[in-house]
This record gives sequence, structure tokens and C-alpha cells, in this order.
Amino acid sequence: MTNYTTAQMLAPNTKVDKKDAKLVLANMIWVAFALLIGGTAGLLQTLVRSGHFELPFGIGYYQLLTLHGVILALVMTFFFIMGFQIAALSRTSGPLNKKERTLGWIGFWVMTIGTLMSATMIALNEASVLYTFYAPLQAHVIHYIGLALVIVGTWISVAGQMMRYFRWRRENKGQKTPLLSYMTAVNNLMWYVCTIGVASTVLFQFVPWSLGLVETINITLSRTLFWYFGHALVYFWLLPAYMVWYAVTPKILGAKGFSDNLARLSFVLFLFFSIPVGIHHQLVDPGIDAFWKGLQVVLTFMVIVPSLMTAFSMFAVFETYGRNKGATGLLDWFKKLPWTDARFVLLFIGMLFFIPGGLGGIINASGQMNQLVHNTIWIVGHFHITVGAPVILTYFAAMMFLLPHLTGRKIDKIANRLGLMLAYTWALGMGIMSAAMHFAGLRGAPRRSTFSEYGGAEVAEEWITYQVMQAVGGSFLFIAIIIAILLFLKLVTGPKVNDVEEFPVAEFMDQYDPAVKWVDNWRLLIIITAFLVLIAYTVPITQMFTENIPGAKGFKLW
Amino acid sequence: MHKYEKIWITLGTSALALFLIILGISAVHGGHTPAASGIETINPEHVRDDARFKEPGLVKSKSSDHDYDLYFVASAFMYEPGEVEIPVGSTVKVHVTSPDVVHGFQVVGTNINMMAEPGLISTYEMTFDETGEHLILCNEYCGVGHADMTSKLIIVDGGKEND
Repeated sequence: MTNYTTAQMLAPNTKVDKKDAKLVLANMIWVAFALLIGGTAGLLQTLVRSGHFELPFGIGYYQLLTLHGVILALVMTFFFIMGFQIAALSRTSGPLNKKERTLGWIGFWVMTIGTLMSATMIALNEASVLYTFYAPLQAHVIHYIGLALVIVGTWISVAGQMMRYFRWRRENKGQKTPLLSYMTAVNNLMWYVCTIGVASTVLFQFVPWSLGLVETINITLSRTLFWYFGHALVYFWLLPAYMVWYAVTPKILGAKGFSDNLARLSFVLFLFFSIPVGIHHQLVDPGIDAFWKGLQVVLTFMVIVPSLMTAFSMFAVFETYGRNKGATGLLDWFKKLPWTDARFVLLFIGMLFFIPGGLGGIINASGQMNQLVHNTIWIVGHFHITVGAPVILTYFAAMMFLLPHLTGRKIDKIANRLGLMLAYTWALGMGIMSAAMHFAGLRGAPRRSTFSEYGGAEVAEEWITYQVMQAVGGSFLFIAIIIAILLFLKLVTGPKVNDVEEFPVAEFMDQYDPAVKWVDNWRLLIIITAFLVLIAYTVPITQMFTENIPGAKGFKLW
Repeated sequence: MHKYEKIWITLGTSALALFLIILGISAVHGGHTPAASGIETINPEHVRDDARFKEPGLVKSKSSDHDYDLYFVASAFMYEPGEVEIPVGSTVKVHVTSPDVVHGFQVVGTNINMMAEPGLISTYEMTFDETGEHLILCNEYCGVGHADMTSKLIIVDGGKEND
């Protein structure tokens, strides 16, 4: 039986500590900067692929594509996640102590140095290997070290966060931990387990190989270690958005969350089923037996359960809210939702994008259908309506209250209007671009390719129409990014107020129910996670060592 | 647990089970396992010393379960052969490898879509039932000339009996 102490109920933390706020803001500056750079690269890519534009100053298409992937998929998301999680901890568990905060700052600077190292190599055209850096294309060693430092930086920052979480547990023995803090800790545990893969391949394979200490690299192993990390990466992006959906959104509405215990359970399931599934990115790779591909497909499908739990909770909250506002009939509650509140509209549009996004994910993970869409631009369409819409729009919604909350301001009318414009412009641009990508992909158009007529093949001509549509969508998205930057500036400037914007944290319908104990039993969580990883990966990885697959020499073909 | 929640979770889990059963039947009964599965190695520096890849192309199969073997070398930035004709109705096992970096091997408008990696041979078997031309292209970034890599599969009349 878990009880809240009287002190906790009377005076819960309501604000992010001032010193923590600085750390969070430092991370958020990177988010805005990375968004602008990465978004500009994205716009230029769609223009090139339309066939009506050529890049100036000798910039290469694949150089730009590398920049786009690294700066958005890795840099922007990592800085946001570190910043948001620190804010969530400080808000719900209380201020970080000096040691924890210092780790946050060291992590921030290590990530910054790593980013600058990689960015320099990309700018010098020494690292046009795309964000997946598949061997045996060989970039400059500084690029790999830079990427490794970005990961190491997150480890350090996460260490500070975990210390804060466990300090709360020690200081409040036997009590249910604050939900947002718990979710942060689960996401961080997943991160530690999955980044072992990418860190090992970079440190033990890429660095010695690109330094010339060893001549060849085992590419099957490197790809497998990358995707061991690479799929959990997408859940690392997604779970902070889910934190906002579960624990913040009900408060934005002025309602209660559906179930605190269900939210915790769904996070645990994401922890279990995010990692032992990476081979579904390698379903048509040689070097892996069909059985192990099949097993990981089955494990991949398990995330359907927590995903549906999340969808249920969100719509339960929305409907309850609408009915409390007097809605009757089957769908009347939908009209009662706060359609003028930019925070809500941003994340709600994100949720809508996630419906086709999730369906597409089921298609991609299905072994047989995957073969039709593998490495076509359908895949690019898919991750733009997952990370590029639900995730990023929810990040924007969070930044709308975080930035004024941290700087002592409030969302005013203009900011709210900018937020609404951002939501609708993004939806329009992403809707057009991703639809065109999906349809072109179904007709066979490849991803990761500059404009090409493929020797005049008839089918390639058909793709060009879709590529023009992608450029139209890309242009709207670029306008949306400009609006986002203006919005961020608006949120951190202007007069400070006493009545500072709140960091909304919801109560739940089952807030005072006893906690489910095992979801906070970290030894158990680690054992189950490790167990599933061992089942899914032991044999395929062992085979990569024992089957004498010849190593590959490095090539620089750009 | 809420009643509706129970109904929802039951429906969701049943859908999941149904998906997995369909995938399982398709894989085991229909034989639709993913392309390129399995481990068949080759030294990437000596691809052309291997009899199969010396002059890649279509050869009559010695095995009884398919009519032809079709060998392809995917390298930066071309496919060999640059064009190949296949008699309609024949069952062909495609074998692809790379002497340099990772390439894609996608035959547009067919089920053939797999990675070609140095050190390994990727295979896939299929029957070509209709005449026509299919573009082959590289769908994994391999360097500056990546989008220029093409070849062609032409499925021609003439049937197996004419060989």
C-alpha cells in the first residue's frame, strides 16, 4: 500500500528549479538551432529530387543528406530529450543536487563537442556516409569519435538523471514515485542497454579500422550492432512524447489522466520490446538465418500492445473531458476539445499522424510485405509521420510551455497563434510530403537517392511527379520551421511575469490506488530486458563470429 | 481494470495474434521467408576469381528445384550484367554479391529486393510468369554515383522448351 505524505500533498513541487532551468534551456537552444539547420537541408533535398534545382558551391546531395540525418535524428532529439527529462525530474521529484546537475552540464558539453567534431567532418565532405554510417564506406575517424562523444554525453547526463530518481526513492521509501520521473528512468534504462550496441561497434570496429590499425571490418556485425541500437533509438525519441501525452496532456485539458498504473505498465512493455527487435531492419540482409529474422519480427509486433494501451488512455481522457463539458451522443465530445489551445492542437495533430504511422510500422515489420517496401522512399515517408510528426509536434507542444516556464514568462496570444499556425502548416506540409513518399515507394522509388532518370526507364518517370509533390510538401515544412523559430523567440522574450506559465502535470483517476510494485523493481526490469536481448541476439551474433565471413576493406566513394 | 479497457486490450491482443498467425502461415506454408536469409560467404577481393561471378549472367541450373541461376555483381557504380533476358515461366535463383561496399538490389515491380554485401552472397528464388521489362536499381547509398546504378531484367517469350 502506497501513501502520499501530507507534506507532499500540500506542497508538491510546482516549478523547475532555477539552476536546473538554465541547464534545460542550454539543451533547448541546440534543439532550435539543429531544427533550423536540419530543416534547411531537408528543404534543399526535396528541391534537388524534384529535378528542378541543383545545389550551389559544390555541396553534395549525400553530404546534405548526412547532415540532415545526423543533426535531426541524433543531435536535435538527444538535446531535447536530455533537456525535457531534466525538467520533468526537477518538476516532479524536486531540484537536482549539485553533483547531479554538474553531470547534466558535463553531458551537455561532451555532446556539444561531439556534435561540432562530426559537423566539421561533414562540412569538409570527409563523412558523407549518411547517419547510419554503414561500413565499408569509410569516414574520417574524427566523425566516428564525434558521434561516440555525442552518445557518451547522453550517458553522463542520464547518470545525473538516474541519481536524482533513485535519491527520491531513498528519501521517500515505500512511496509511489512521481510518474514523469518514473517514465524518465525507464527511458534512460532502455537507453543504457541499447547504446551498448552502437558504442561497441564504433569503439571496437569503426575507430581502429578508420585509423588503419586493422585492415578490414566485419560489416554484418557492425550493421547488427547498429540496429540493436537503431530501433530502440526510435522509442527513445517516442517515449518523451508519450510522457507528455500521458502525464501532461490531461492537465492541459483540465482533466484527470486515465490510469497511472496503466501508463507505467505500458512503459515497461516498451522497455522490454524496444531492443530485441533490431533485425527487422535487416530482414533482407544476407548473413542472418530466416529463423532469427522471424523471431525478431514476432518480438517487434509485441509493441502493438502498449501502443494500443496508449491510444485507449488518450481517447478515454478526451472523451471524459468532452462529456464533463456537456457533450452528448457518440462523438460530440470531439467538438468540445480545446481547439484554440496551441499546445493541445500541436500534440493532437501529432497523435492523428501516428495512426497511419503505426499501421505503416506493422506493414514494415511484416517479413513478407517488408520486402516490397524495403529501402524504398515509403520508409522515408513512414519515419516522417512517426518521428517527423507525432514526436516532433509533441516536442513543440512541450517547448511551448517549457520555454516560458523556464524563463519566467507566459504564453501570450501571439505565441498561441504562432503555435496554431505551426501545427496546421506542419500538418499540411508533412501530409503532402509523406503521402507522396508512401505512394512513390509503393511504385518502387528508392530512398537515399539523388535525382535520377534511371536511364530513361518508364517507371522512373512516374516517380518524378511524386518527387515534385515532395518538394511542395517540403516547402510548407520549411515555412513551418520558420514559424517554429519565431515561436521559440517569442516564448523567451518579452516582459517577465509573476504568474509564470505552468509546467502542467496531471493527476490520475487512480492517483491514490496502490502502486504496482514490480514495475519499480529495477533488478527485475534489467533481468527481463537482458533475457529478451540474449534470446534474440545470442545466436545470430555468435554466427557472425564463427561463420568466417570475410572482412571488408574501407572505401571512400564520394 | 475498466470494462472498456478490457475489451480494447482483448481486441488488440487478438489482432496481434491474428497478424502473427498470418505471417507464420505465409512463412512456413507459403515458403515466404525473407530474401537473402542464410549465410553463404565469398571473399570480396576475389569475387571475379569465383567461377560463378567471372562472367555473371543467366546459366542453366544444375539443381532440380529451379531452371536457371542468375548471377549478378553489384559494384560501384554498376551492375553486371547490364541487361539480361529470361524466358517467361522459368524459375530463377538470383545470386548477388559486392566486391566493394553495400549495395541494394531491387527489381522494380517484382518481389526481388535485397541487400548485396561484400563477403556474402544474397539469394532469392522466384518464377517469372509475365513478359515485360523490369528496372534494377540500387536502393542503398553506396557513394556519389549511387543513383546511376541500373540494369534490366527482360522477361521474353520463347518458353523453357526452346532452350
